[in-house]
Amino acid sequence: MSTSRLEILNDGGLRHDARRPYELRSLSLSLSPHPTADGSATVTSGLTSVTASVFGPREPRSRAGTSHDRGIVSVEVGVAPWSGTREVRRSRGDKRLTEIAASIRQTFEPVILLHLYPRSEITINIQVISADGGILPTAINATTLALLDAGIALLDYTTSLSVGLHLTQPLLDLSAPEEADLPHLVVASCPASGKVTLAAMETRLHVDRFEEMLRLGVDACRVIRDEMESVVKKKAAEVVRRSQAVIGVPDAR
Amino acid sequence: MFKITRSAPTLSQSFLEDESVPSVHRRHPDELSAMDIDDNDNDLGIGPSSLRKDIVSAGEVITSSKEFMRGHGTYVEDDQVISSVTGTIEKVNKLISVKALKSRYVPEVGDLVIGRIVEVQPQRWKVDTNARQDAVLMLSSVNLPGGVQRRKMESDALKMRDFLAEGDLLVAEVQAFFADGAMSLHTRSLKYGKLRNGQLLTLPPRLIRRLKSHFHHLPPPCGPTGVDIILGLNGFVWVSAGTSESQREGGEGFDAEGVYSNVNDDISPEGRRAIAEVANLIEVFAAYDVPLSDTLIADGYAWITQQRKSRPSSGAIRGGEAERMVFEVTGLDIISTSA
Repeated sequence: MSTSRLEILNDGGLRHDARRPYELRSLSLSLSPHPTADGSATVTSGLTSVTASVFGPREPRSRAGTSHDRGIVSVEVGVAPWSGTREVRRSRGDKRLTEIAASIRQTFEPVILLHLYPRSEITINIQVISADGGILPTAINATTLALLDAGIALLDYTTSLSVGLHLTQPLLDLSAPEEADLPHLVVASCPASGKVTLAAMETRLHVDRFEEMLRLGVDACRVIRDEMESVVKKKAAEVVRRSQAVIGVPDAR
Repeated sequence: MFKITRSAPTLSQSFLEDESVPSVHRRHPDELSAMDIDDNDNDLGIGPSSLRKDIVSAGEVITSSKEFMRGHGTYVEDDQVISSVTGTIEKVNKLISVKALKSRYVPEVGDLVIGRIVEVQPQRWKVDTNARQDAVLMLSSVNLPGGVQRRKMESDALKMRDFLAEGDLLVAEVQAFFADGAMSLHTRSLKYGKLRNGQLLTLPPRLIRRLKSHFHHLPPPCGPTGVDIILGLNGFVWVSAGTSESQREGGEGFDAEGVYSNVNDDISPEGRRAIAEVANLIEVFAAYDVPLSDTLIADGYAWITQQRKSRPSSGAIRGGEAERMVFEVTGLDIISTSA
């Protein structure tokens, strides 16, 4: 992509992967792929695929940093060697991964009702299985689903996506080539209240465009939330149906 | 008097009148008779569509906080009771709570749990019981060899690792809670103590219901000595070689000195096979979210025996056979939800 410049928007108003500016990549959500975690989820957005596994709330593995009145959240991010990041291979403890982990922790600390879990630890493990732009937003979406799957109390769903800017045209959900070329912003928000829990930029962006992009991002987060909710509720309904079909009227003995 | 109603959330208050769904709230029989129950519907009329209404997810508004109290799984914001987990609504009088479908074990006093020793500390063991915090087993809450009345001495405190070492499994009862919320266990009954001669299964705690007894025994056609099953309320299930009536619960042949033994008894190949089959059965039920009970396991084992007669095969039941077993034993139609 470095030698021949990518055409971000062609004459027909389509992006390099034939999406319109406000079109998201195909999203697929699966719950509980990890059998031994307390909760887990895989989110695949286009060619980016991330699995989040949640362990806990459980006894903290190390005494240090534990709190007597609230739970602590720790996040680890790993990238599979075959994930296709064209950059250098990432290993544990890499600066870039530590930063993503910190962003995820800061995003979820205000959303998880941590006062319900004193002296406990919630460990979130992120594995990037394939990378094609938007690792952080996809990881945030996967983490939300994994936390819900683990039955951990949350204020709301937290959904996230990236918003880029081409000339004056905002683009939603950037792929890797677009991410490399455009100034962009990662928005994470709680759609019910419209609260923004994360707005991260690694590139410079004109201040006049910022508000428009942020609003657009928050709107798009709502769409992702609806998608997540339907998957979560469908699974929940099935589990309830099965257990009630066997028990009958529960414990009415 | 109390009233229990089952309700589905709608934007208005109309869900108060909707009583088409039975409560999954745990009820003691006495409590049942003491309460005026509004669930006079039978469960046969309930379709999946009416159940779905009953499920809320995080951030979803349930009702107004001016008329209702918030219970577990909810929080209040802007005069509204909002769910904080994905699960089913439970309503007792004016108390609204949401029970998560899947969560770690939430202990209650009197629960029977199975745990694993993770740490030996002065005068106490730390036990992993799949809960939010490790449980504590005090040296003073265990029965040591030599009788119930035996006094604990300093030498016992030094020999703690001889009784229970890291990694050992035990069955115990929740005795009390400490101020910091950790649970305290006791094994002061001959039913409780160290586990051996078997295999541990880890299931979601939701699948283990409170039953009159959590110790079950499948009699001898199932292996030469039968198979013992302990259903821990924390989701840990112990499947082991059966013991005879006299050896159980401090009968005549009960070997008090062998309680803390680290050595498995000799189990014949047939006995091992029976343990593996019962464990497989329980795991299949768990995979299809079927709540466990002793009768269900016995029915399932009878089904396997039946199948083995007509079509002898070895190995675990899985896939299509497992689906058929769950259907024929429980009558549950399994809709493929793998999509």
